[in-house]
Amino acid sequence: MLAKRIIPCLDVRDGKVVKGVNFEGIKEVGDPVACAYEYNLQGADEIVFYDITASHEGRGVMLDVVRETAKKVFVPLTVGGGIKTVDDIRDTLRAGADKVSVNSQAVQNPQLIKDGADIFGSQCICVGIDAKKVADNKWTVYINGGRIDMQLDLIDWVKRIEQLGAGEICLNSIDTDGVRGGFDLPMLKAVCSAVKIPVIASGGAGKLGDFAEAFLETDCSAALAASLFHFKELTVSQVKADCRSKGIIVR
Amino acid sequence: MIAIVDYGAGNIFSVKNALDFLGVENKLTADKADLEAADAIILPGVGAFPWAMKKLTESGLVDTVKEQAKLKPFLGICLGMQLLFEKSFEFEECEGLGLIKGYVDKINEPDLVIPHMGWNKLVYNQPCPLFDGLTDDEYVYFVHSYKAFCADSALCAYVEYGGKVPAMVSDGKTIFGSQFHPEKSGKTGLKILENFVKLAVEGK
Repeated sequence: MLAKRIIPCLDVRDGKVVKGVNFEGIKEVGDPVACAYEYNLQGADEIVFYDITASHEGRGVMLDVVRETAKKVFVPLTVGGGIKTVDDIRDTLRAGADKVSVNSQAVQNPQLIKDGADIFGSQCICVGIDAKKVADNKWTVYINGGRIDMQLDLIDWVKRIEQLGAGEICLNSIDTDGVRGGFDLPMLKAVCSAVKIPVIASGGAGKLGDFAEAFLETDCSAALAASLFHFKELTVSQVKADCRSKGIIVR
Repeated sequence: MIAIVDYGAGNIFSVKNALDFLGVENKLTADKADLEAADAIILPGVGAFPWAMKKLTESGLVDTVKEQAKLKPFLGICLGMQLLFEKSFEFEECEGLGLIKGYVDKINEPDLVIPHMGWNKLVYNQPCPLFDGLTDDEYVYFVHSYKAFCADSALCAYVEYGGKVPAMVSDGKTIFGSQFHPEKSGKTGLKILENFVKLAVEGK
């Protein structure tokens, strides 16, 4: 049986790991390569580097960080933030990433998803989405780190993403991100039933039981968190032990 | 020296990184002489079968690969494993290397998420030297939409995803194929690569 994945995310700015609350008031901490290595030891199933300011300030991806990490961490690495072109995807994969996560650029230029999937394979194209509730069971997609409402219906968008060849969706809820009250279950349920590709839950993990809750209540394939792991409130191994005790299959 | 066949298909650097980490001398190469001189060969691969087969043919390495695979430890990874079979039906019928009997076709599981992506648990089908030192609770990392269909005698281990998905295959002699990515499977994957390297050293 396929295991549910626990994914620590490292939000990186200028080569340093940071973590914001609702994208504002960003706090700075540690070295991304060392953090990734630590997560690897804890049993992380995958590691995501997200260059949080890239789409906003036009910075490139941190290829050196990826290159160094790939030399000592042997689990899949995903890199997001600032990936605008097929060449950016190629450079990132060549630096040692296994997947790229495209977000704002995919909304503005959906062809990037198709071109990326056609050239490199669906398996390495993850589409990141920031979405916010507008009414019951209705959400819209935001870009540029949750700054701009694109007035694009979330469900329409995820179906389109799947058709374009994306291999995975990383779904971040702006409403629950940084609030630490648990993942956005209604949003996750709606997206998981709209597509067949794997969905990663993101935004809102605040306590041990939140991960198991997402796996028990929705069909998501993985759950991602940043600050919770980063500030060492929980380890990946603690989260896995909790999931295992509730009958969820984890590595 | 372990030769990593560099024919323009896939994430060859992760395989190199893993071997470097293990302290094993290795070389990314598309040179026949390197494959002949190597103690063992790894054939990586990501992408579509017909395209990869075309790249391998264009590189002029098909005959050398077929010949060398029978002479020394040889490991195909992911698409590199699928290329070991006689043919594939990915997009179109396409001939493979024919080193192991069987074929490659779509994972037909309408109720499951495709690609089969993530960590799945190895179920051992028969002894395999690459599994030395592994426990019966080992997970490895997969990303694929097509799978091998082969005789039980070639199947070393499988994982359950709907039906059985071949995870490790072998000709019982020098040739091995892993559908999963050992270079992305944490400690378990490194152990499998280490076992492969050990075969090469023993064969010297």
